[in-house]
Amino acid sequence: MSAEGIGARVLRKEDKRFITGRGRYTDDIALKDMTHAAFVRSPHAHAKIVSINGSAALAAPGVVAVLTGRDLADDQIGGLICGWMIHSKDGSPMNAGAHPAIAADVAKHVGDQVAMVIAETKAQARDAAELVEVEYEELSAVVDPTQAQAAGAPQIHPEAANNLIYDWEIGNQADTDAAFASAANIVAMDVINNRLVPNALEPRAAIGSYDPAEEAFSLYNTSQNPHVARLVLSAFVGIAPEHKLRVVAPDVGGGFGSKIFIYPEETACLWASKRIGGRPVKWTADRTEAFLVDAHGRDHVTKAEMAFDANNIITGFRVSTIANIGAYMSTFSSSVPTYLYATLLSGQYNIPNIYAEVQAVYTNTAPVDAYRGAGRPEATYLLERMMETSARQLGLDPVDLRRKNFIRSFPHQTPVIMCYDAGDYDACLDSALAAADYAGFPARRAEAAARGKLRGMGFSCYIEACGIAPSQAVGSLGAGVGLWESAEVRVNPVGTIEVLTGSHSHGQGHETTFAQLVSQRLGVPTDNVQIVHGDTDKVQFGMGTYGSRSGAVGMSAISKALDKVEAKAKKIAAHLLEASEADIVIEGGEVKVAGTDKTLGFHEVALAAYTGHNLPEGMEPGLKEGAFYDPTNFTFPSGTYICEVEVDPDTGKTEIIQFVATDDFGTIINPMIVEGQVHGGLAQGIGQALLEGCSYDLESGQLLTGSFMDYCMPRADDLPSFQISTTETICPGNPLGMKGCGEAGAIGSPPAVINAITDAIGNNDLTMPATPLRVWEAANAVKAAAE
Amino acid sequence: MYETSYHRASSVADAAAKLSSAEDGKLVAGGQTLIPTMKQRLAAPSDLIDLGKIDGLGSIASDSSSVTIGAMATHASVASDGSVSSTIPALACLAAGIGDPHVRNRGTIGGSVANNDPAADYPAAVLGLNGSIKTNKRTLSADDFFTGLFETALDEDEIIESITFAKPQKAGYAKFPNPASRYAMTGVFVAQLADGSVRVAVTGAGNDGVFRVPEMEAALAANWSKDAVASVSVSADDMLGDLHGSQEYRANLVTVMAKRAIDAAV
Repeated sequence: MSAEGIGARVLRKEDKRFITGRGRYTDDIALKDMTHAAFVRSPHAHAKIVSINGSAALAAPGVVAVLTGRDLADDQIGGLICGWMIHSKDGSPMNAGAHPAIAADVAKHVGDQVAMVIAETKAQARDAAELVEVEYEELSAVVDPTQAQAAGAPQIHPEAANNLIYDWEIGNQADTDAAFASAANIVAMDVINNRLVPNALEPRAAIGSYDPAEEAFSLYNTSQNPHVARLVLSAFVGIAPEHKLRVVAPDVGGGFGSKIFIYPEETACLWASKRIGGRPVKWTADRTEAFLVDAHGRDHVTKAEMAFDANNIITGFRVSTIANIGAYMSTFSSSVPTYLYATLLSGQYNIPNIYAEVQAVYTNTAPVDAYRGAGRPEATYLLERMMETSARQLGLDPVDLRRKNFIRSFPHQTPVIMCYDAGDYDACLDSALAAADYAGFPARRAEAAARGKLRGMGFSCYIEACGIAPSQAVGSLGAGVGLWESAEVRVNPVGTIEVLTGSHSHGQGHETTFAQLVSQRLGVPTDNVQIVHGDTDKVQFGMGTYGSRSGAVGMSAISKALDKVEAKAKKIAAHLLEASEADIVIEGGEVKVAGTDKTLGFHEVALAAYTGHNLPEGMEPGLKEGAFYDPTNFTFPSGTYICEVEVDPDTGKTEIIQFVATDDFGTIINPMIVEGQVHGGLAQGIGQALLEGCSYDLESGQLLTGSFMDYCMPRADDLPSFQISTTETICPGNPLGMKGCGEAGAIGSPPAVINAITDAIGNNDLTMPATPLRVWEAANAVKAAAE
Repeated sequence: MYETSYHRASSVADAAAKLSSAEDGKLVAGGQTLIPTMKQRLAAPSDLIDLGKIDGLGSIASDSSSVTIGAMATHASVASDGSVSSTIPALACLAAGIGDPHVRNRGTIGGSVANNDPAADYPAAVLGLNGSIKTNKRTLSADDFFTGLFETALDEDEIIESITFAKPQKAGYAKFPNPASRYAMTGVFVAQLADGSVRVAVTGAGNDGVFRVPEMEAALAANWSKDAVASVSVSADDMLGDLHGSQEYRANLVTVMAKRAIDAAV
């Protein structure tokens, strides 16, 4: 144990450099002879590229090259891939269209890149990009996923007839239909999950650099998973074999999923560097580009029905969803509306029969892929609005209906693949109800009504599946990669420690929490521990950070490597102290014989390992161990969120009066960092519920919310002071008992907010984001109906 | 941003001269609209003439019956100026609610009024208080000044020097901000002027920019109370409609915010 070990509120080691402006992001890096790229982007949502004339741009000051999709094809650079195979109901593989890094024939969404201009300065590149003459032949566009398969809709990819990528199903249709046939009550509703723009603080950036002498490439990139980027760029895009491609993801200012993916611009910068003779090529997105071409999130349209027996026990859940994939299939886009979504439709409830079908469609919009929660917010929003709606229609207390249907014995096998390992849903609900003073709500509602305000309370009991592993399981579901994690623990001769992790930190605080684990195990101060990540030349292959997996999977790999380090240190100490290995313990930075005063400092054992002067017979020198960890199951964080709102009926403005979040994350390493994760997740979830909505013009396909003037991000004054707490059931699936906390806030909060508003206004017909306009309209509809 | 030439004007006359000799020059006051527009490559002036270093252009002066605010006075200085808050508290309050602290520390009253953004706050105060706009050429009344969306009566080479507001008997401002931009989705300025006349000026809502509501003015002249305007509504047809607020919604907000402005009036 140590004061900085598991459970300690250690201040973040990385914050000194971030707060003092010493962070080193991709855009901070300047390589010798570096050039700058600007992309020519399609102003049309769908247009044939008739011709591109770059001669005026090439003649402009400082211009080095003007490159097009034809050049890319000439160099036999492959297209980008979607790395998760989904099969349709009929067994056929998904219909994935081509995804070139620069469009050569047809631009498929506003902002699609059609040419690349490279110049000595960024300003020169941008000026020259405007001189590239592109002749377009405009085609009609479709942006609404419900219209993508309509007769006469424009065809976006020849590979996908009627723009249908797959028509997938999960669960047992016959059993579910039978449950509905014998149901005492059926509740039906339509739900839209609104499209979001991720908006990490740091926009995407890349520097591609080719060394002609070594015939090797380097990519500095805003990535959550540099090894995966290297793998895809090597094996599929064909830039270079892996040993000739280094990918570095230095400090990264937020990802939320949007920096998992392998994007066109990064690919083009790498390729272009070789094309221009090896000068590095840098590109940094501006905010407008981030809105146009970063992978967006969500965008589901769903019809759902729930069946109940006469005792209000759920007997069936039937779901039909259309998922908007956008104009191209981004790296993991296919998995989000399928295995990350429909496998969570059982929520915290014992639902014996579930059947879900999902149609994924192309549209002339930016690609859609994983965004904080990725599929699980969509499932939770649907299920928790359904629970609240059902309670209202059945005339039940929404808390009672949930309790009636809670899962209480574990392990619990759902009808949709997942086997929940542990949880205590009543404990979370009880804790949250007490914090929210549920019993006092009617009086608060009456008091608000006396002031002309509408009060409402809404609930959300969420579950999520985190870790995105084991590899065998995800492989059987179509994943193109394994989803384990790697670690190497290097003890230096002086006893300080470097941990090389395949996880990547872009806001999560790994440099602190991972060091806390080492401190816990070896008793050394966290200042003696360095966490190394984000560089394929330094770190062994690893899978990166997403799906709340770095604790449960990444730290478990470190824990396994520490097991090996400890075992070897004990062997060395036993030899030096002339004791039995079984009697050696590691405590407080010392390696000692239990129950005696015979002891060595951990640093002395390390030095002995490296001098090699006196090691056990046959032992190799050194103290450095690696491990790969592949979990046995997903982890299942859960929680109850309660939101209380007050609506101003005159303006439709919603104020969140209180927001209670009680989460079960299993073991918590650093409560302060976990609280930060919950706060951030809640802000994003409340942002989705109240403020954020990405909108395209239905006719022209133009992005209507292309800046912060129109796309509303949550700000401090939009949010209440959160009341958060945790309960704990230990995850039995990994050595640390961790479940993951990064996405919970964004998953659990939207339905709580909307359930509260619909409770307040007495109208269930409300779509996110619940802007003042929409709430005013929905409240007015109630008034009009009453008159 | 496109390449541009920067000039610092030493006086209003110097600024006018520099502007007239520029090929496609633009005056920059606080730059809170122009600079972001240039950064987005939506504006490309050949020359920028900075008014920021002209002596006295940001001064605020008052006597018992009026306050005169220099064109370069920032929103923060208007919000915190003791003479403004004692003479016309509603004006100080309006200035304190513009944008965010960054905007208030850079943005100026002259820049805001000259730009006449249909969702800016100041035009409502200038029209609602019947302010006088003094330029390097003449003095304009508020009723003559605002001529449409982003349009004013200013000539090409005309520069606002100051705006004078007579002390009203009472005045109030209430706005409903656009959730994203925090500009006024609808802002209503109500005032009973020194001579007893009543003005109601609305920003953010009208499809032709800031406008007065004669029906509300008449109702308030007869009975200064929020009940007097509660039944007065503007036509949705004359309102702006967009993603954030339909025409009907904005028309509703005009009445709601007028009532709240009367509540706030002192």
